[in-house]
Amino acid sequence: MNAFYNFATGPLAWAAFAVFIGGSVYRIWSMIQLAKQKEAAFISYMSLPHALRSIVRWLIPFGTLGWKENPSITLATFLFHICLFVLLIFTPAHEVLWSYAFGFTFPVIPEVLADTLTLVVIGACCFFVHRRLTNIQVRYVTTGKDWLALGIATAPFITGFLASQQFADGQIMTLLHVLCGEAMLVAIPFTRLSHALFQPLTRAYIASEFGAVRHVQDW
Amino acid sequence: MSILDRKIEDPELKRATEGLSADRIEQVINSVLQGEAGARLKAYAETCMRCGMCAPACHYCVSHDMDPSYSPVGKVEQTMGLILRKHGRLTPDEVYGMAQLAYTECNLCRRCVHYCPIGIDTGYIISTVRRICHKLGVTPLYIQDTAHSHSATMNQMWVKEDEWVDSLQWQEDEARDEFPGLRIPLDVEGADIFYSVIAPEPKFRTQLIYQAAAIMKHVGADWTMPSTPGWDNSDMCMFTGDFEMMGRLKRSHFEAAQKLKVRRIVMGECGHAFRSVYDVGNRWLGWKNHPIPIVHSVEYFWELFNEGKIKLTGKYEEPVTIHDPCNIIRGRGLMDKLREVTHHLCSEVIEMSPTREHNYCCAAGGGVINCGPPFKGVRLEGNRIKADQLRATGVKTVVAPCHNCHGGLEDIIHHYQLGIQTKFLGDLIYELMEKPELE
Amino acid sequence: MQLSESWDWEKGERVVTESLAPMPEHKWQEEIHVSPDGETAAAIVCIDDGEFGLRMNDTVHDNTFDKAWKPGFTPDGRFCALVQQDEEWTLAENGEPWDERYGFMWSPLFSSEGGAVATAVQQDMAYGMSVNGVAWDTLFENANGFALSDNGKRTAAVVQTRSIGQADLISFREGVFTVAVDGEAWESTFMNAWDPVFSPYAHRVAAQVRLSLYDYTVAVDGTPWPIHFQCTWEPCFHPNSSAVVAPVRQGGKWGIAEDGNMLWKPVFFNCWHLQYAPDGSRLYAIVAPEYGKFTVAQDERAWNVLAPVVTELTVSPDGSRAAALGNHDNKAWHVMVDGKVWHGRYDMAWKPVFSADSRSVGCRVSSNGKYAVVVNDNTVGGEFDKAWDPAFSPDGSKVLIRGMRNNALLRIVADVPR
Repeated sequence: MNAFYNFATGPLAWAAFAVFIGGSVYRIWSMIQLAKQKEAAFISYMSLPHALRSIVRWLIPFGTLGWKENPSITLATFLFHICLFVLLIFTPAHEVLWSYAFGFTFPVIPEVLADTLTLVVIGACCFFVHRRLTNIQVRYVTTGKDWLALGIATAPFITGFLASQQFADGQIMTLLHVLCGEAMLVAIPFTRLSHALFQPLTRAYIASEFGAVRHVQDW
Repeated sequence: MSILDRKIEDPELKRATEGLSADRIEQVINSVLQGEAGARLKAYAETCMRCGMCAPACHYCVSHDMDPSYSPVGKVEQTMGLILRKHGRLTPDEVYGMAQLAYTECNLCRRCVHYCPIGIDTGYIISTVRRICHKLGVTPLYIQDTAHSHSATMNQMWVKEDEWVDSLQWQEDEARDEFPGLRIPLDVEGADIFYSVIAPEPKFRTQLIYQAAAIMKHVGADWTMPSTPGWDNSDMCMFTGDFEMMGRLKRSHFEAAQKLKVRRIVMGECGHAFRSVYDVGNRWLGWKNHPIPIVHSVEYFWELFNEGKIKLTGKYEEPVTIHDPCNIIRGRGLMDKLREVTHHLCSEVIEMSPTREHNYCCAAGGGVINCGPPFKGVRLEGNRIKADQLRATGVKTVVAPCHNCHGGLEDIIHHYQLGIQTKFLGDLIYELMEKPELE
Repeated sequence: MQLSESWDWEKGERVVTESLAPMPEHKWQEEIHVSPDGETAAAIVCIDDGEFGLRMNDTVHDNTFDKAWKPGFTPDGRFCALVQQDEEWTLAENGEPWDERYGFMWSPLFSSEGGAVATAVQQDMAYGMSVNGVAWDTLFENANGFALSDNGKRTAAVVQTRSIGQADLISFREGVFTVAVDGEAWESTFMNAWDPVFSPYAHRVAAQVRLSLYDYTVAVDGTPWPIHFQCTWEPCFHPNSSAVVAPVRQGGKWGIAEDGNMLWKPVFFNCWHLQYAPDGSRLYAIVAPEYGKFTVAQDERAWNVLAPVVTELTVSPDGSRAAALGNHDNKAWHVMVDGKVWHGRYDMAWKPVFSADSRSVGCRVSSNGKYAVVVNDNTVGGEFDKAWDPAFSPDGSKVLIRGMRNNALLRIVADVPR
């Protein structure tokens, strides 16, 4: 068990990161190549100031028309993503792994806060599930890929929370948590979670067209 | 809850889909996807999180009690989504539905861009669907006839070359009674302004040419209109998906202006033509920007007011509201200038809600009104929200500086019995400006 | 013989007309046009309501018209305008109307030596062309894309062979358009036909045709090339072989096809305005090697100077040189000659003109409302309130500048700066 745990947090983790980074670089590179090859015209309109302006604007909760008019999903989305990044980096157990892997330390959040944030994420995911099932707009367009992405994104938090609560055999949960986290990393370049890679590009493009060409905001 | 549950009979859609085989459909669709679509479509298809946040963006969806088959993502799902799921192997019936949806249930107004965190341009996706429909030969009858007119005459309404010049000379004659010495100068080389219009003006709304000439005379503009093809800035080929013809039309327009060595093109109060000239047609021709400065009438009038060139006898007393045309607001950011001009002209402006770049489309744009009588109901029922918006202002006059918006709004106003009149800025300026005192 | 041989080439500045200001007895005077030799300035004048005259220098011709428009000089110096009398249209040459009258007339075209004047005509809602007033025997449902051969002997236009009803897509697809040459329509009809052009001696005619909504090609004397393309632009005849070339679009990029086969690889974002050297040894075109960047290419090799807009490609008489105009940001027109850019930047520039010996290039330009003529990158003759294209003496040693200052028409003959 220990050996497998060590494998999962050692070589497998490195492999997962390698696939995540390699896969992400490849996906972004190939997307840019495709754009250059077939849509050279459209790349030429890219404008960094307008792209940044729009990206920042969309990072502000309720800062855009879309966020304002969809308050519940806005709240859930921001909570989900903010907690995800905070937990990924500042959970005490993660900090240990970061410092073990890269040799530097940094302040962490208290366990209780980590648990609370994890519950917030799980709550957000429950909201996503509920919304997919009950909101007719969303249900109409939901496919297996959407459930897969939601499942992959939720699993690390459920297992993480159970592990921190020493549920059943805490070690197995921890191992499952590690594996789910790695699955998520690996999935990012190849599933709907790739929005993490492409959103800045799609946002930057439309922001450039709206801002630099059409002189109007895109939020 | 699908486009196939609300099919509308269009003789051309019917004829064209009857002749399609599954193999042909698959081959055409895939040739467009592989040959023409690229990173944008791929990224959009992959990263759309199906969050449904775009649903309240769309006037069709809002007006149909949030029926999900009218939401932007729902419409993409029934067209491009279907194509990608079935790898292009659609049935003729599905192609019919896809065409009806793409040509009549999306105005390419881009309001949904303001709702999508990813920044997906649904208008682009639906345009690509239209491109596929064009390649399959499946386009609604009336808009296709318009595309044919464009190809044969370089204008939208089969206006013959003598009819064009004759219309201008006729308006010039008429206007000289009111404005002695007025000219509609034809083919004047080196003029400051090349004034271009859409073909419905000489065909049905010659009064607009009269008014434009009167305003030009009033402000002492150095302007000209071409006697040759290229005078029409409109472009239904952009909307049918016939991009090759779009390119030819825009070339004709730009080269007519280049040949006359004018400093810039001022366009009449039309939205779709502005889109075509400003950032669509020019791109197909390899021009990154339009090769001659392009100014929409709203901006031109704004300049004239700022320079103090327009002298008014008074203001329009009744309260008015402003309709923001998508193609010059979301397409060019003219919302402030439109307001400044309207405030110059009108005593009281009551804004619609939402307004400016968040305003709802008229449901006529994007070529939808050009699909003709069979689809009129689609526009009327699909834009109840616009009627509600208009009604809520309580005004009896709406200012809309776009031809399609006029057509769309007039139908909505009539259908929902709102008792509102529509005005171009040119109507108001002409009405209110100082005119020569005749003996 | 060149027309310019008979012109006054004596060096110096001469006032041709003291004042071209509107005459007080007229309601208004329209734009001034100047003859190629610079000896006559002319304009349409409004004498009274619905009464128009033609002014040439200080005289207004006795003939008056209900309407007059489209004034211009033929290359051999006759002042033409389209005029209306008693609801009928004709063309007046030096104030004298032709005998022939039509329902409408427009699009006057002049042969290169000026001997022939062609126009588009409409008579009883039938359309075609006239040459020196004489209309085609057969007129058509509609006509456009009018062309007159250089030698003035033949005319061609795109014609609609039969009427089609409103929204009759079927007939349109079957093809109701073709090209008529001297009033005789090609046997084959097409979905569309555009821009007929003549071969150098006017024996043959080529035009772009669209065979279906998606298939574009070039038809020569009515026979389309067997190969079709995504799109085409106007074709061009080789000056002394039977070949026809045209820009064609393949795989979303533009190249040039010769008789249907690719001659220049389709690698350009655009490629148009083809022009052969007069001896056929070189082929020039305006091309966009990169998106949004245009230049001139000679025999498939693009110049290194790129601009967002390039227009007015002009090839020298000996075919070894080419000039064009470039424009940056819609406000800095400049002249490009043989791949090099001249110093000046202008609000507007006109088509460059080569001297007969191909050694010199002249160009009319304007900035801040003033006009000038630039020859070989030097301003000649100073600034004008208005100016017209320069012309070179037959031996290429002198340049004629036609300009207007303080309402006076000036005619300046100067040595060509080298």
